[in-house]
This record gives sequence, structure tokens and C-alpha cells, in this order.
Amino acid sequence: MALAENSASEKAHRGFGGHVLYVLSENPITAVAFGLFALIVIVAILGPLITPYDPLESNAARALQAPSADHWFGTDSVGRDVFSRVIIATRLDMMISVAAVALSFVVGSIVGSIAGYWGGWMDAVTGRFVDTIMAFPLFVLAMGIVAAMGNTVENIIYATAIINLPFYARVARAEVRIRREAGFAQAARLAGNTDIQVLALHIFPNALPPMMVQISLNMGWAILNAAGLSFIGLGVRPPTAEWGIMVAEGANFVVSGEWWLAFFPGLALMIAVFAFNLLGDGLRDIVDPRQRT
Amino acid sequence: MTPRTRLILFRVLQAIPALAGVILVSFILTRMLPGDPAAYFAGPAATTESIAEIRAAMGLDRSLPVQFLHYVLDLFSGDLGNSLSTGQPVLEELARRLPASLELTFTALLLSCGIALPLGIAAAVNQGSWIDHVCRAVVTAGVSLPTFFTGIVLVYVFYYLLGWAPSPLGRLDFVYLSPPDVTGFYVIDALLAGDMETAWGAARQLILPATTLALFTLAPLARMARASMLQALSSDYIRTARAAGLREGQVIFGYAFQNAMLPVITTLGMVFSFMLGANVLVEKVFAWPGIGSYAVEALVVSDYAAVQGFVLAMAILFVLLNLVIDILYTVVDPRTREG
Amino acid sequence: MFLDVENLNVTFKTRRGLVSAVRDVSFTLEKGETLGIVGESGSGKSVSSYAIMRILDRNGRIANGRVSFDDMDLTAFSNREMRELRGREISMVFQNPRAALNPIRKVGHQIEDVLRRHSRATKYTARKKAIKALEAVRISDPEKRYDAYPFELSGGMCQRIVIAIALACDPRLLIADEPTTGLDVTTQKVVMDLLAELTTRRGMSSILITHDLGLAAEYCDRIVVMKDGEIVEQGKPDALFARPANAYTRRLISATPRPGAEIGDLVDPPLPSPPRPELGAPLLQVKNLSKVFGHGDDAVTAVDDISFDIREGETLGLVGESGCGKSTTSSMVMRLMDPSNGEILLNGKPMTDVPAAKFARDPRRASLQMVFQDATDSINPRFTARQAIADPIRRLTDEKPNGRVEELATQVGLPLTLLDRFPHQLSGGQKARVGIARALASRPKLLILDEPTAALDVSIQAVVLNLLAELRASLGVSYLFVSHDLHVVRLLCDRIIVMRKGRIVEEGDTASIMDNPTDDYTKTLLAATPMAPRADRDEVDIAITAKQAIAE
Repeated sequence: MALAENSASEKAHRGFGGHVLYVLSENPITAVAFGLFALIVIVAILGPLITPYDPLESNAARALQAPSADHWFGTDSVGRDVFSRVIIATRLDMMISVAAVALSFVVGSIVGSIAGYWGGWMDAVTGRFVDTIMAFPLFVLAMGIVAAMGNTVENIIYATAIINLPFYARVARAEVRIRREAGFAQAARLAGNTDIQVLALHIFPNALPPMMVQISLNMGWAILNAAGLSFIGLGVRPPTAEWGIMVAEGANFVVSGEWWLAFFPGLALMIAVFAFNLLGDGLRDIVDPRQRT
Repeated sequence: MTPRTRLILFRVLQAIPALAGVILVSFILTRMLPGDPAAYFAGPAATTESIAEIRAAMGLDRSLPVQFLHYVLDLFSGDLGNSLSTGQPVLEELARRLPASLELTFTALLLSCGIALPLGIAAAVNQGSWIDHVCRAVVTAGVSLPTFFTGIVLVYVFYYLLGWAPSPLGRLDFVYLSPPDVTGFYVIDALLAGDMETAWGAARQLILPATTLALFTLAPLARMARASMLQALSSDYIRTARAAGLREGQVIFGYAFQNAMLPVITTLGMVFSFMLGANVLVEKVFAWPGIGSYAVEALVVSDYAAVQGFVLAMAILFVLLNLVIDILYTVVDPRTREG
Repeated sequence: MFLDVENLNVTFKTRRGLVSAVRDVSFTLEKGETLGIVGESGSGKSVSSYAIMRILDRNGRIANGRVSFDDMDLTAFSNREMRELRGREISMVFQNPRAALNPIRKVGHQIEDVLRRHSRATKYTARKKAIKALEAVRISDPEKRYDAYPFELSGGMCQRIVIAIALACDPRLLIADEPTTGLDVTTQKVVMDLLAELTTRRGMSSILITHDLGLAAEYCDRIVVMKDGEIVEQGKPDALFARPANAYTRRLISATPRPGAEIGDLVDPPLPSPPRPELGAPLLQVKNLSKVFGHGDDAVTAVDDISFDIREGETLGLVGESGCGKSTTSSMVMRLMDPSNGEILLNGKPMTDVPAAKFARDPRRASLQMVFQDATDSINPRFTARQAIADPIRRLTDEKPNGRVEELATQVGLPLTLLDRFPHQLSGGQKARVGIARALASRPKLLILDEPTAALDVSIQAVVLNLLAELRASLGVSYLFVSHDLHVVRLLCDRIIVMRKGRIVEEGDTASIMDNPTDDYTKTLLAATPMAPRADRDEVDIAITAKQAIAE
């Protein structure tokens, strides 16, 4: 008893902000993740303002130069500056994955919440729908969707959103469902809330934290998927700078030793995904320390 | 019929809606091909008449339900359509290339299970020790690795820099002859034929792509193994077992491990989904002549019929794999045997 | 001395540094003796026993002290030696029996594991001996149960398996950690009687760890009372109940419902019991109410044709064990669930014409409110106490939330400074008050109390029960008190209904049900509840008068 009382009063003093600071200080890796995340956002926003060269300007005379003081990441087969291209690609890659994740979050949480709250035939229908998506290997489904809908950047976004949808729908459904008959939901009904109000004002806000964790973990996966699609030649077309396609272009030169073409965009991709995954783990700690794995 | 057999049959029946859904979606995808499919299949030199002819021949002038019926009937007679670029039936091409993909996938799966499960379990048993930290690092780094990038880095290091690996081009260097076809897996076929040299050559080709693919699936498996083992170890029944004085080995392997494997088996479904997708990327990087690189080649020449055939084939394969996982789970967990 | 615990100290390493969970605990146990360790949650009673067994979690350790068992110092034993001892010399039975068994291993095999571990059986004799162990704990048809998995057995049955595992190798000491918590009271009696009989017959010593003083008094030779990791008092049950020396023990004893005690006697010092309101016209009438879940062959009748009335100002108790249909009944009366059949009338007008899904917007919603079983679960974790209480005011009344919230908080004795705290920043008792304030916010005529104290420690239960009695007196509200515990219900109710398997088996005045039950099930229920010995009224009275004299 005394133990519980202590922690309760201690928490009262610290509040949520204090808890976040505590988690960050306890786990410096999460702080690193927040730093990386901020860096990626800044680079994506500033983009063209901080590139030393025009990312599209080719120069046959400077083709395939190794990294140097002039060209930090070297130059590619037509003499474009790899560093500028990696920087400029950040915005496009982030835009694709943020748009895709936002889309699947909104649709998935609405569909999942409705299925979880009302159950019955609505649950059966949406469950069937989600199961059908999950019956495909997801990346392969994305390939099929882009191939069918047309090879454009928008369709990459839709395809990535569709294959991410099941995760959000399932998390939302599960989180709403376990709270549907919870005491506070019943109490809200007794307090005169209609079903929609109970769902939107009482249950959903409590289901949001686990979904935030899902968002962050999914962002990394969405970036990987989008880059994977452009790696096999879907969506983004050359000469547009995008990490996946740059790695694909650089791949041909690796066997002859020109590693920097593929390495730096690949590294940028990896760091971005890494940052989001760490962030997801960190958010999980903040939301629910018990789930720490 | 025992309850277990009945339940396994039930699981098989349960796969049918998934299969139906997959077929419906891939039908929709083929009908969504950019522009007029008939004009598209007729090729660039077609006249209005020849397009109309093809439309009639393909049944595109009929109602959608009728088209769907024909699609399904074709499917059951093994017809996935013809490739536009090669003119070959898609199913034949896929069947010819499937063993290469399966060899790669299963090798990778064995490799990643062989590393991930012991790692995850050791990390959970020794929570907070160095091995736990290694596991957490592997897990976080592993999910962040783009497969195609890992593949390229491995090629650069082991082929270009160290020269240990053969050039990343296909299943077997041209100096060897393909082994006689038994299983379709080159390493096994060569061993069966007693040709050690070819077996070694095939294994050398296989090791880098398989490692690339394994690295990708290592993380989710190790993460799940660790998490579920931790959960099992903190369960009440472990306390009961300890209070009864059972040996640590029996507590960990007899009690905790068996329970911890249940969520891991469930995760295998997701891992297969990742693997079949990543397969495409790895096959492209290593010019591996499997069904993934077939799809990529088809994409390059805008041969969308072949791509959709590939998507459907992969989906059916995945549904079957999930069925195997479900049955496995049913056999392992007594609680699923109730009704 | 058989078991001698000396100055035991246990610490846990947590995020906030070392926490000491058990401090300087010393007690002894003779051969054949049964010792009760009693305390509320967080008192360190379970941790002490884990320390004796040396099965503390990895972050806990024995910081100091000695545990000698048959003149062997267990704290000096290696892990290997301890493993030899556990299950063979000292065994343990846990709460939540279903979780205490390996879910995917046949129960017979789990018993065999222990038998073979301690060389009590070989591969060939194991099955026979496991079946004998099942017989020993009175499992019918042991041959068949041998092949069962835990999920196929009831909670009481699972606990017998856990006992069978614990006793399989004839240990000399058995530690039972809340062995009946979560079991129904009739099952509790069966399990406790079995444990008592088996330990007595085998001449074993045992330790019973429980939060229930009544249970400890009934089954133990001696009782140790713990609070905040320390022992505050020990002694024989009769002496302890008659002359508790420690203030906390006295509070715990008075808070434990017992024959003869009125509601005001539960708190220390006792309060005068508040007056009962005058009974008025019938407020709620339930007529031939039924609820069937599922269809066809799977149909389960949860509530089967029940009828009862509640008058204005009256408190009706609805008593039964889990699965008897009392929760379904309260959901239907609360209009959260539609009945399959029958009528519910409020002030003589039927309510069942408005479906439950639409009832949130019905003007009668304000008249029917509820206090939930688990206060923690029933308050939105994202709402402050103020927001939680204001929610029904805003939606169901025309009043201004601000002043009204504070008025309600004062009424239920919740300090106004706590109003802006979130549920996780409040204690169990404070959350219970928030739940009551919220239920009263719309000025209801009928309040359903759904096991409102089941999740609380007895001392807080006593305070909450008194608060409910006071509120009834001052507001004249009617209660439907749903509970599994006849002795708690008795304190508050005018009339009692006993339910079993969806039907009402007995109905009557509180006094006649408690003193002259006619139905067999009611009799079993009454007999099953462990009872603290009747404290010597005179001595208690003297102690109280003395205390009051000092206070004045």
C-alpha cells in the first residue's frame, strides 16, 4: 500500500513532462533517436537551401569521383554530386512515407475503431477485408498495386498506405475492443454519452498511445517499402533523386569498386529507418514501461 | 475422426476465404491495368479491329462477373495468362523459376531461425547481461537495414574487397553444369548426384543472398523470441515449477520455452510475408534467377500481366504457408483443440 | 524450532533505487503448527514467504536475516541445494491457480515432473503415483483428469492440482499464498478444508498467507499481522481478536465484517450507525426478467424469470457467486443491456420500451446510476477527478459543473485539492470516492452498487460502506447492492435476494435471511464465509470508552 501511495504522489509531482524527461535521461538512446529525428526533419524542410551543388546537374568531366573535400559523397556516373542528391532526396522520401502512414492511420483507426466498438457484421466485413490484404505478402501486393494503378509517386503512396492499413486497423480494433466494456466506458454511457461520444471522447483517446507507437514503428517500415519499390524501378523515375533509386543506380558500380554511389543513399535510408524505430521503442517506454522489450 | 484431425480440416477450410479474397483482388488488379487492357495486349501496332478482336477473345466485352468466372476457371486449369514479352505461359515460367526462390528462402529461414531463436532465448534468460544487449542491438539495427542495401554492402566487402564470394550473378558459375533435377535445389541435387564440386559451387553462390535475406528476418524473430520468452519466464506457472524444485533446465526448456514458442510460430506468418517481399529485392541484387527477378524483369518491360501472375502465385504460396503455420499451431497448443 | 525466521530484510532494486519490502521480520513455526500471516496489499506478507523459499524476482534479494529450517540455514544454501529442498521439504501453493499451472502440459505430467525430479517415482511408476496424488486431493475420476489440460478444469479443480503438485513429495512445510483469492466462497471453503485436513493428517506445518483475518482465524493456530513490511502483532486468534494490542490490528479487526457488528462498528473508533431512510412507494419494479445469450444450441440463460421491487429509500441486496446472473441483472436494470424478456418499471412506468442503445439520451438516465466494482478501471485514465465527476453533470443536468463538482466532492469526503489529479495519482479509497461522487452527480433515485468494495482493502471497505450509509441517510436514495458476500451485504441492506444459476432461490428481510435461511444454498453460502471469532463486546467497549475519554 505504502509503495503504491508513494509512487502515486511522486508521479503527481513529476507529471507527464517529468516522466518523458526521466525516460530520456534513463535511456540516452531514445534521446539520440529524438535528435536524429529532428535532424531528418530539418534536412527535409531546408532541402534545396543546404545543397552545395544542383542535384540534377550532370558533368561528364567529374563522373565517378571518389569522396573528396569538394564532393563529400563523391559523384555518380554522370558527374552529379551524390551529397546534394542524398540531401534533396530526404524530402521526397519523407513525404512519401508520412503521407502513406497518415493515410493508413486515419483510415485504419476509423475502420478498426468501428469494428472494435460495434462488432457484429461491421467487424466481420472489415475483418475479412483486412485479412484479404494480409493474405498477400505485403511488399508483393504493393508491387501489384503500383503495376496495376500506374507507375507514379502518388500510387506508391497509395500502395504503401494500403499495405500498412491492416496494422492500424488491427491495433485500433484490439485497443478499442478491450476498452469497450471497461468500467470507464460503462460509466460514460451512464453519464449520458451516446455511443459515438463514448467511442470518440472516452475510448479512442485511451487507445491513441499504443497507436502512436505503431505509427513510429511503421514509419520506418513505410520508408523501407517505398524505397524498395523505387529500387525495383517503380514510382520515382530517374533523374529524380530518391534514396532507393540511387542505391539501384549505384548497385551496378559496386562490383567494380565504386562503392560511394550506393553506399551514401543507402546509409541515409538506414539512418532514417533506424531513427524512427528507436523513436518507436522510446515512445513505447514512455507510454507503457512494462512492454519494454 | 479425432478432434485434432477435425480441427486441422477446419483450418484447411478456413484458408478458403483467404484464397477467394486473394483471387478476387488479383482479378481486380489485372482489370485495373493502365489504359485499355485489350489495346495493351494487342501491342502498339494494333488496328481498331484487331483490338476489338482481342477484346472479344479475352472476354473483356462481357460483364465483370462473367469475366471473373472465366478468370477463375482459367486459374483452375492452371492458366495465369501469357507473358507479353516472351509469349510464354506465365505459370510455366514461374514453375521453372520457383525452386531457385524456394532454395534461397528456406536457406535464409533456417539461417535466421538458427541464430535468432537461441539469441532471443539467451537474451531473455540472462536479462540485462551482455548477450541481452547484443540481442537488443541486433534487433533494432536489423529492422532498420534495407535488404537491398545490406546485399550491396555484402557484395562490396566479400566479393570486391575480400574476394571470398563468387561474383553475384545467379545460382551457379558458368564453369559448372546444373545438377540433374531432383528437388530443384542445386546444393541438394548436386549432393544427391555425388558431385561435391558443384555442390560447393552452388553453396558459395547461395551464401551471400541467403545471409542478406536472413539478416532481414533475424530481427523480428529474435525480438519475438526474446519478448515471449521473457513473458513466459515471468508467468505464474514458472514460479510454481521453481517452487516445486524443478531443475533450471527443465524450467527453461520444458516449461518456458514450449510456451514461448507459440507466439513465435504466429510471428512466422509475418516473417514469411517480409521474406517473400524481400526475396524480390535480394534476387535483383544477386541476379538470382527466381520468380522475384522474373517479376522485376517483367516490370522493366511493362509486362504487367506477368507481374500480376507473379503477385497471385506469391499470394497463393503465402496462403499455403500460413495454413501450414496454423496447423502447426493447432498441433502444438492444446487450447486450440476446443471446438 | 522447526522454522525460525530471524530479522528478515528483503529489498527490491527498482527504478527509484532500493525499496525495502520486508523489515526485521521474525517469527517461528513449530512442527504441525499452522501459522497465518495476515496483512493488506503491500504489507510484505507474500514477499516474506518468497524469501523463505528463495524464489524472489531477480530484482529482489534477502538483504539481511536468517531463515533456519530444521536447523539448516536456508539463506546460506546454494541455489542447487535450495532446488533439492523445494518441493521435497517445503512446498508452496499460489493464488490464481489457473495461471499457476503450465497451460500446455497435461496436469498429470506436471505432477509427474515433480515426482521424478525428487526421485519419488521412476518413468514406470510415475503415472500410477501421479494418479494417487490426484486421488489424495479428491479429484473424481483421476484416470481421466490425468490427461486434462488446465484450461479444461474449473478454478477450484486447478487449485487442487496445484495442491497435488505441492504435496506430491510429502514435504514437511507447506506455504499457501492467498490460496483461495479469486475463488467463490463455497469453493474457498472446500479448498481450505482440504488443505487443513491434508496437512493435519500428514503432520505437516503450514503457513497461510491471506488478507482475510476471518479466514486466518478459522484455520490457523497462530496469527502474525503485518503492515508496511513489518510485523505489528502476533498471537493466538482468540486472544488477538479479544485484546488486540496494536492500533493497526485493532483497526483491521474492527473493519472485518463479523456477526453482531453494525456498520458503524467497522471503523475505529466506531461511529453511530446512520438512520435508515423512511421507505416510500415502489421505485423500481422488475417483472419476469430474463436474459438469454446466444442462439439455438449455444443459448445460455443467464437470468431466468426473476421479479423483485425496490421501494424509495430502500436498500436491496443481490447476492450470489460468480456466474449466478447478478451482473447481468444489474446491467439490465441499469439499462446498459436489453432483456430478452420481462419488464422493468421506474415509478410505475415501463423503461424497456426505450432500447439500451438509445437510453443515454432518455430523461430517466439521470435517475439510474451506478458505482462500479473496480474504481481504477471505471475512471477514464485521461480524465482528472474533476472532469470525471463533471461529465454526467454536463450531459444529464442543467446545472453548472464547477460549483456542483465541489459540492459533490465535499459530500463524499474527497479533499478539493485532489480534484485536479488523474486517477493514477489517487489511492484506491480516493478513487472509490470519485466513483461515488460521479454516480451521485445527476441526483439519481436509484444507485446500483456493483461490488463497490471488492477491490479494496478491508480498512478502506469499512470507510466506504459507512460513507454509503451516510449518503443514503442524507439523500434518501435507494440502493441495489450487488455482492458475493452476505456478511457485507447484511450491513447495509433492508432486504436480500439470493441468486443461483440465474434464478432467485431466496428472498426476505436481512434478519430472517441471516438468522433463519430456508434455502439450502443460502445455508451453504452463509456457512462457507469464514468468520472471525465474536469479539468480547465488553472489553472492546471498555477500550473504546477509555480511548474516547482520553480523546475528550
